[in-house]
Amino acid sequence: MSRPNPAKVAYASGRRSPLAALSTWVERHVQSLVSSLGKLVRQPFASALTIGVIGLGLALPACLHLVVVNASAVTAGIEKTVQLSVYLKQPMTAEQARKVRQGIDARDDVLDAQLVTPAEGLKEFEEMSGFGEALKALDDNPLPYAITIRPAPLFDSPEAIESLSDELETLPEVEIVQVDTEWVRRLDAILGALEQVVLLAAGLLGLGVVVIVGNTIRLDINGRREEIEVIKLVGGSNAFVRRPFLYSGTWYGLGGGLLAWILVSAAVGFLAGPIEKVASLYASSFRLQGLDPDGILALVAGGALLGWVGSWVTATYHLRRIEPRA
Amino acid sequence: MITFQRVFKRYPNGREALAEVSFDLASGEMAFLTGHSGAGKSTVLKLIALLERPTRGQVIVNNRNTASVGSGAIPAFRRQVGMVFQDHKLLADRPIYDNVALPLVIAGVTRRELDKRVRAALDQVGLLGKETSFPLELSAGEQQRVGIARAVISKPPVLIADEPTGNLDPDLALEVMNLFKRLNDVGVTVMVATHDVHLIDRFGVRRIHIEHGQLAGFPPDVAA
Repeated sequence: MSRPNPAKVAYASGRRSPLAALSTWVERHVQSLVSSLGKLVRQPFASALTIGVIGLGLALPACLHLVVVNASAVTAGIEKTVQLSVYLKQPMTAEQARKVRQGIDARDDVLDAQLVTPAEGLKEFEEMSGFGEALKALDDNPLPYAITIRPAPLFDSPEAIESLSDELETLPEVEIVQVDTEWVRRLDAILGALEQVVLLAAGLLGLGVVVIVGNTIRLDINGRREEIEVIKLVGGSNAFVRRPFLYSGTWYGLGGGLLAWILVSAAVGFLAGPIEKVASLYASSFRLQGLDPDGILALVAGGALLGWVGSWVTATYHLRRIEPRA
Repeated sequence: MITFQRVFKRYPNGREALAEVSFDLASGEMAFLTGHSGAGKSTVLKLIALLERPTRGQVIVNNRNTASVGSGAIPAFRRQVGMVFQDHKLLADRPIYDNVALPLVIAGVTRRELDKRVRAALDQVGLLGKETSFPLELSAGEQQRVGIARAVISKPPVLIADEPTGNLDPDLALEVMNLFKRLNDVGVTVMVATHDVHLIDRFGVRRIHIEHGQLAGFPPDVAA
């Protein structure tokens, strides 16, 4: 043989430094990252379908979250003007009623207390209710003395108001105490429950995203079975075979997260105008809140994380079962 | 380099593929593994590549008892054993370059060294310049040589081949077998399963003959 044996050239040995190993590792990951993205782009319809389902799944809890956030913002403004009405027992003289008012007014947790006489009460009722004519038919004024109380700023939490109300109710002259803003607390409780619903929905739909990505990756693995077997034949580890699938899953999740962000932003933009109109009719400066940067990050990063988890679980499970049969 | 000690292999379906097979292939040695179809040749190769494990007995490859190789260590073990298949097992949707480079990519070799070694391996099998072709654009003989380039690119000390010339006409078969001989000349331990009488006669290398799962003397037609 005149020509040198190239086998000898190929078998010349090579050495690797740790730095070279690291740069190779990074290079391989970058390559997987790009090639997995390329795979998604090459099958646009299937990828769009998967990303669309994930996007909708993530957008739903995000929208629910915004409903709660905005409703809380509305009631947060109202809670500051909390008021208690104390109705006194009958019969009661004007002198007695004034003493009770003074007693209440002196409390630390009360900002001010105003006495409403039965006559004032009746007048106010006539004006507010529109039953003026009907009320004139009454012989006696049936209304008791009442005291309207504004709690001190430091004592306007629902707990403080409740204890104030309980204490006032124990006074011998007091018939009944009404917290006029009771409905705010009820709404708060409803919003609190709704927040739990949001968490639950987010949990379930997040699980849904994991399942969707997992199923997509499973189909992908089945379609590339032969390739996987060959890679394992020439010494590819499970981790090596799994890597491109993890990147695919993460891309799906990231795409879904971005789509969800777009959907939520579009919904907020669509509703902002009409809601501001309603708010202006109520002389409120309320503005519809969209996702804050933290929320956007949570949505997009959460989507990517769920995609990664879905592909990891599926790929780990299925790739172990594919062994070369040579 | 490859040692079988009283190896017995029964498959889960009950078929007994090997019974009491013992042989020893020294480092740098080359051997033909011969026998009829179904005699157990493929099983011997599968045991060497840890695609199967022996039911009884020891298989020692490259000073490592395969029984001591856990499932997590199998990939690293396989990188020490180059494998060539009758049906090439190339990735049809990847160019020749990627196919040949695959073992090095798995091993984590730098890009520059990858280029150099893919070229060297392709040169070795006479396919330099075909890097961007796809497997199906090549002839059967060329595809088989791509398979060989892939098997040797990570410089494994052991090379095994299962009927590598089974689909080739005599000229191409001779060419491929010459390639194995050249690799053996540079120190690679080579074991080739074949029933190509022509080639066996032509190359004066050791023969390991299997009949019904046992080592046997050579049948007279070949030994003559």
